[in-house]
Amino acid sequence: MIDYIRGNHARILEDLGQHVWLSLVPVVLGAVLALPVGYLAVRYRWLYAPVVNTGGVLYSVPSLALFVVIPAIIPVGVLSPLNIVVALSVYTFALLTRTVADALISVQGEATWAATAMGFRPVRRLLSVELPMSLPVMMAGLRVATVSNISLVSVGAIIGVGGLGDLFTRGLQLSFLEPIFVGIILSVLLAALCDIAIVLLQRRLTPWSRAGAR
Amino acid sequence: MITFDAVTKAFPGGNVAVDNLSLELPTGQITVFVGPSGCGKTTSLRMINRTIEPSSGTISIDGEDVTAQDAALLRRRIGYVIQHAGLFPHRTVADNIATVPLLNGVNRKQAREEAVALLGRVGLDESLAGRYPAQLSGGQQQRVGVARALAADPPVMLMDEPFSAVDPIVREGLQREFLRLQAELGKTIAFVTHDIDEAVKLGDRVAVFREGGHLAQVGTPQELLDDPADDFVADFVGRDRGFRALSFITAERLEVEPVASYVDRGHGARLVLDDDGRPTGWSVDGTEGLRALPGTFTAEDALRLVTDLAITSPAGAAVRVDAGGVADGVVAHEAIARHLTALRHEAPR
Repeated sequence: MIDYIRGNHARILEDLGQHVWLSLVPVVLGAVLALPVGYLAVRYRWLYAPVVNTGGVLYSVPSLALFVVIPAIIPVGVLSPLNIVVALSVYTFALLTRTVADALISVQGEATWAATAMGFRPVRRLLSVELPMSLPVMMAGLRVATVSNISLVSVGAIIGVGGLGDLFTRGLQLSFLEPIFVGIILSVLLAALCDIAIVLLQRRLTPWSRAGAR
Repeated sequence: MITFDAVTKAFPGGNVAVDNLSLELPTGQITVFVGPSGCGKTTSLRMINRTIEPSSGTISIDGEDVTAQDAALLRRRIGYVIQHAGLFPHRTVADNIATVPLLNGVNRKQAREEAVALLGRVGLDESLAGRYPAQLSGGQQQRVGVARALAADPPVMLMDEPFSAVDPIVREGLQREFLRLQAELGKTIAFVTHDIDEAVKLGDRVAVFREGGHLAQVGTPQELLDDPADDFVADFVGRDRGFRALSFITAERLEVEPVASYVDRGHGARLVLDDDGRPTGWSVDGTEGLRALPGTFTAEDALRLVTDLAITSPAGAAVRVDAGGVADGVVAHEAIARHLTALRHEAPR
């Protein structure tokens, strides 16, 4: 395996780089879209059921089908990396809208009531009370979405843009195990690293959430 | 002064929470809203800061209709304390207290400094300023809640069962300090509770609500205990209202017997004093050692305390002391009973 890495490190690094942006850009895009939609589903409760159900349906669409459907709806090529980015953004969005909505609902209580009664206006209450209080739940959702994206990217190899997934197809085509092992190990390492990064970020952002345990 | 003028609140579906309420809450006084659950006391309180809007009628603060004012700005001028404090878990104690000043645009450094100073005011150590609410006890959180309501120095405070969720001993401490603080600050306070003892203890005036959002009676605690308007109020203030009413009469005019000559008829007990004249206990004929005193009273204390001391005393008598703790009189059961009889003849109804 060492020999394989020596001989192909440029190629492997390129795949890894592609894997990173193919998986993480959709996390950011999906999260940015999920925040306002999740908020609206809480603000206007009648939206909650349709939003969450739509999310559930979207998440259950097989990824291969999505790669075919997306180019039919928006102008991206089937084989374009953008197609993967859009598909994974859809999954992240589907997963996180529910997380955002449930997180915002879970923090409704005495503290948010007190905020209103002390003279917070809705936007300020959202930004400085509800969002910070719901961060622990939202970050938990973000961890799931990130790790799941990192594993999903590989499927893109079917249409030729799969980051580390390309190592799997190569290994299969050549009946050669080394690239498959390298792909799996790097993929798992990347997921673990991203997960740890999010946990550290959360500790930094929510020092209060562990305060009671001391 | 807060004025309710013919205020009614009907919720969608026809449930009338408050029915044609007219009530004045005098400036600088504590008015307690008390009653069973579902009587509209909390709804009435919340209409003052517009967290609930009245269906009809007007509520005004110093003559200004609250519904004519911007709700958020109105609320920042009204301190608000709730059960369980409702502190922001993600903010430190100092930042929690500084909430309203920060909303009003006071700079962070100044707001924090004032917040830390307020900690002392509500009986908390300044070292707690950097903690998070989860690191405080329930009683401490409630004190922070009071400090947060006071931070912008609002003339009006709303308190919604603020002391109900803490244990009785902590509650007593909080109530005592609340009264001390109010004596210094003189806020106009609306205070909701379901506990008639708390109402009588804290209220300058008490408004008793009954189911359906009707005001049953409003008056001073003593008026309520002496002269309940109807059976509902009499029932609500409780069977022992006669005894509780003694809380409002001081022992000022209670006649005492000289310490030296007092001997309990039953047991032959005598009061023993130390060299400075302070009472140390009762010595009972034919027994060794001293029996402890349950306590002493001064002329400013209430007859309720004096009666209690006499009942629990081994000699059947309560001991009066002067400001220096020197015993200056003894009063027996019988004398208290005679005094109460005299009071009744004095104020015939």
